[in-house]
Amino acid sequence: MFRRERSISLRGSAAALCNNLSVLQLPAHNLTYFGVVHGPSAQILSAAPEGVPLAQRHLHAKEGAGVSPSLITQVHWCVLPFRVLLVLTSHRGIQMYESDGSIMVYWHALDSGDASPVQAVFARGIAASGHFICVGTWSGRVLVFDIPAKGPNIVLSEELAGHQTAVTDIATEPAQGQDCVADMVTADDSGLLCVWRSRPEFTLLIRIPGFGVPCPSVQLWQGIVAASYGNGQVRLYEATTGTLHVQINAHARAICALDLAPEAGKGTWTGHCSLYISCQDVWTPILPPCFF
Amino acid sequence: MSVRTLPLLFLNLGGEMLYILDQRLRAQNIPGDKARKVLNDIISTMFNRKFMEELFKPQELYSKKALRTVYNRLAHASIMRLNQASMDKVSTFLKDKVQNSNGRFVLPVSGPLPWGTEVPGLIRMFNNKGEEVKKIEFKHGGNYVTAPKEGSFELYGDRVLKLGTNMYSVNQPVETHMSRGSKNLASRTQENIAPNPLAKEELNLLARLMGGMEIKKPSGPEPGFRLNLFTTDEEEEQAALTRPEELSYEVINIQATQDEQRNEELARIMGEFEILDQPKQSASKGDDLLAMMDEL
Repeated sequence: MFRRERSISLRGSAAALCNNLSVLQLPAHNLTYFGVVHGPSAQILSAAPEGVPLAQRHLHAKEGAGVSPSLITQVHWCVLPFRVLLVLTSHRGIQMYESDGSIMVYWHALDSGDASPVQAVFARGIAASGHFICVGTWSGRVLVFDIPAKGPNIVLSEELAGHQTAVTDIATEPAQGQDCVADMVTADDSGLLCVWRSRPEFTLLIRIPGFGVPCPSVQLWQGIVAASYGNGQVRLYEATTGTLHVQINAHARAICALDLAPEAGKGTWTGHCSLYISCQDVWTPILPPCFF
Repeated sequence: MSVRTLPLLFLNLGGEMLYILDQRLRAQNIPGDKARKVLNDIISTMFNRKFMEELFKPQELYSKKALRTVYNRLAHASIMRLNQASMDKVSTFLKDKVQNSNGRFVLPVSGPLPWGTEVPGLIRMFNNKGEEVKKIEFKHGGNYVTAPKEGSFELYGDRVLKLGTNMYSVNQPVETHMSRGSKNLASRTQENIAPNPLAKEELNLLARLMGGMEIKKPSGPEPGFRLNLFTTDEEEEQAALTRPEELSYEVINIQATQDEQRNEELARIMGEFEILDQPKQSASKGDDLLAMMDEL
């Protein structure tokens, strides 16, 4: 089912943030990139097969006018039709780099706008949708950036309103040639999920309410939303209707990350009590009879 | 990230300090009235109105060094004096097997769950109408029980959890594991040495915060007394000798005086710190008690 590979050592610690590991597979180059954040910097590590580490690079949050250093909230690779960009979100804004982190191609400063002086301002939640990159913010707004096939002419094209509390995570899946299909889901600190379609335009399709705990991590696969919650539960919803189909008491503590292996049709999730569970047994019985 | 975290951190660590002091005062048989005075003085300083107002203002967290200075100041707000090494004492987590000697914490996979979390191991499936159609159980390797009830948020009530309670209240000899403790300290000071670009800002904040603290100078008929956080004086001296140099207060002092022109207020407060030197002659255990008995 799963095979544990050779461990790779990071040069430094990993912050206790949710969704704090991003992976980019480049099978054509026999390379895998790993990204982890800690404080004001992000570690980017490239490794060959068998986990042989090749190179490490540190990226830093862009400093602002304030006194305190900016902290990075997340690092994530966005795979777009013609390019791959590495995106860093922090308390100051959003930085986008070429996929190996070598050159910064775009910087967007967050607008603290109507934030009260005691409110933390930050960006968090990153996903690629077609030729767009969507990034969540502290206010609940989701910023949509239009990415050209190459070059730095990146433009903020719109802001999506759907959440009232800080966005935690965004998940997307290719629409598979169809318009009007749910292909993005956003989650926030209140546990609310918003399901969107990106074509012909970004439109909010449905809201899936929370139940008093945050939803730190969310995935979307074949029209199924998989959401992990602060009370240790994983829930599977049908994306277009928001119907709850599966509820799993998975962990003894808040779940901090949720991931999918789409080719294998499996998911794993990890929580603070460091158990991981394959949901193969879950997918198989539910997909044919219960959903449709 | 949060500008509201400092009060939680300060009150938690301050409370922890009080538990430790209470335990050591009892262990060293400090007379009841003196012990009560020490704790009263510290508590009234901690919860001093001006101090609380300053503390609860939304602000960034202090660095470890800055917070340490505040606690040092707090600990000396009474007639008690602490040796430098005592302020670095490693906790009883090692003794209670909550922490390994390599510093890692041990997380149990059994015990009570937080309120609102259900026991892992159950998968429930629903149809389009919301009716449960199937249940599957799976093994998760742990042994958890649900919380019996929600902890009370009232001023007085059953908290249910043990967080915040006194883990020193069980009367057991506290082992110190000196050599391993020192190694941990030495490896951890690596990160503390890097100069903090915010040091000046922190010192300014510190000065404002400590402006609310009153100094109690030991004077008159009440002499100060020395409190040892280790079980023996020998251990305390040993700890002082093996203590990594980077943790010495001298580092902080030098930086402050260099900024003296800009931080006059801070320099004045710093000047009032009493930094104890190591006793040149070894003090026998009885000296402090004798001195106190003479006063009776």
